[in-house]
Amino acid sequence: METFLEYAKAFVVGGALCVVGQLLIDLTKLTPARILVSYVVAGVLLGAVGVYQPLIDFAGGGATVPLTGFGNLLAKGVKEAVDKDGLIGALTGGLTSAAAGVTAAIVAGLLAGLIFKSGSKINEK
Amino acid sequence: MNISNREYGELAKKRSPNSKMYKTLPKAFLIGGIICTIGEGLLNLYAYLGLNEEHAGALTSTTLIFLSALLTGFEIYDRIAQQAGAGSLVPITGFANAVVSPAIDFKSEGYVLGLGAKMFVIAGPVIVYGVSASVLYGIVYYIVGLFMK
Amino acid sequence: MGYCTGKTFRYDRASIQCYAAVVGKAENEGPYGGEFDEVIDDNRGGADTWEQAEAQFQKKAVGHVLRKSGLSPENIGVMFAGDLLNQCVSSSYGLKDYYIPFLGIYGACSTFAEGLLLSGAMVNAGYVDNAIAVTSSHFSSAERQFRFPLNYGGVRPPTAQWTATASGAALVASTGKPPFIRAATVGKIEDMGVTDVNNMGAAMAGAAYDTLSRHFTHMGSHPQDYDLIITGDLGLVGSELLHDLFKRDGVDIEKNHKDCGLMLFDRATQDVHAGGSGCGCSASMMCGHFLKRIESGELDRVLFCATGALMSTTMVQQGGSIPGIAHAVELTSY
Repeated sequence: METFLEYAKAFVVGGALCVVGQLLIDLTKLTPARILVSYVVAGVLLGAVGVYQPLIDFAGGGATVPLTGFGNLLAKGVKEAVDKDGLIGALTGGLTSAAAGVTAAIVAGLLAGLIFKSGSKINEK
Repeated sequence: MNISNREYGELAKKRSPNSKMYKTLPKAFLIGGIICTIGEGLLNLYAYLGLNEEHAGALTSTTLIFLSALLTGFEIYDRIAQQAGAGSLVPITGFANAVVSPAIDFKSEGYVLGLGAKMFVIAGPVIVYGVSASVLYGIVYYIVGLFMK
Repeated sequence: MGYCTGKTFRYDRASIQCYAAVVGKAENEGPYGGEFDEVIDDNRGGADTWEQAEAQFQKKAVGHVLRKSGLSPENIGVMFAGDLLNQCVSSSYGLKDYYIPFLGIYGACSTFAEGLLLSGAMVNAGYVDNAIAVTSSHFSSAERQFRFPLNYGGVRPPTAQWTATASGAALVASTGKPPFIRAATVGKIEDMGVTDVNNMGAAMAGAAYDTLSRHFTHMGSHPQDYDLIITGDLGLVGSELLHDLFKRDGVDIEKNHKDCGLMLFDRATQDVHAGGSGCGCSASMMCGHFLKRIESGELDRVLFCATGALMSTTMVQQGGSIPGIAHAVELTSY
């Protein structure tokens, strides 16, 4: 039961964060790239004021998987680095904590680019 | 033309159908929720295998990114996205799709100026503004810290 | 500034000798599948890239026209060709091996009507014995240039249109046989202030209204005088807007209006949102479907008005709106 609740929380919070994105698409005509940027910057802000960590404690993957989680990771890394190294931490902290994600995306992009061919989109419903 | 652009704009707005939100919102919720639940499962799996929280989180992101890359390459991710909308855009898998798809598509213009240069044509702004926002936060955090001492 | 009404050109010895359409897989699965001269099922035609694939479509369409006419390239007077890609590369790369005198033209999706209009004028003036008009578009190359990479999961709003993977070519000469090109009106650039790149129909409907209205005035004709008024690719949104604009003048064109963008695909089963678009959309519908019916006399008098959204991603990103244009060509069986 406890496991079920844990996954249900991840599902609901993650789904809700996506619904906010969908509302932005349907109501504001924001382009996908703008929405991604808004989510990351929002994640940095929410992480900075300290409200995102409680959401992660509550929902786990439901809060870390959406791009706001990526933004929070940047903020968290900067905070820890500034605590440890002072002002220079503002420059080093963000990408240090996000290194795995960014590097994985680059490597995945390169590998996929080498292997796959661009597809002819189908328009079946 | 015997109609002003403003008047025409109103006419055009009336004739342009909006997205059916009773369809798009539940689908975004469902698919976004599923992707996050998979993430939660991976977190638990890696924790079970003995990784600390930070490493489990990093490995979860990495796994999702590679899964998304695979689905992008096989032309499955864009088909999911037609249904999911923001449900497949907002998760880290959507970020990966934004990096991987131009890499595949622009390979035709070469490995350096095509694949290499165009890889971040959609996702680049995410890094630019995300990292810049975090640097700004770091500076503010440092200055606030000086006064708190 | 005064209102320039332009002129409607009259032609007395230009007719379309033969025509051909080459389409992709999805186009052939639409309601008019089977009416086209060639189907390229993998949308590539042996090419390595999508741009080269689109060039193949044009090359094949012109090849079919030459085969049907029995003429070889050295017998062709001039060729007007265009497409949607930067520098019109599908035309220049696809047609370079024919060594036919070449004039590249650009009118976005209105280009096929522009080509017919110019071909008819050159033939009618007697400068050449014959002229070819050819255009193409390709979903994959257009997507790459104007939108997102093909494997990217971007969401298309309901007003978006689907670029047709198709090419159409027509040979104009003084054969004395139908379909005849009787008259043509050159469109004006009409900027209706539309800025939404996913709503091309709205950007083009104003231009179609203006060109059609001027054509009716100059010809002394009414919409009901035509068996059909065929617009290029206004799609669902643009077609309804065109009806609205004519209704304001108390004119009903809905009854005999057809739009190639709403015909090429089946919107019920194919996920093309507001309909098809692209220079290949109206070119393939005309060369695959309509011209046959004018030639046979099933349709006597048709007004073909291809519409184009003169969209540039650079200008739109700089905050600009999307100007539209439409050219009208009147075709008859008599």
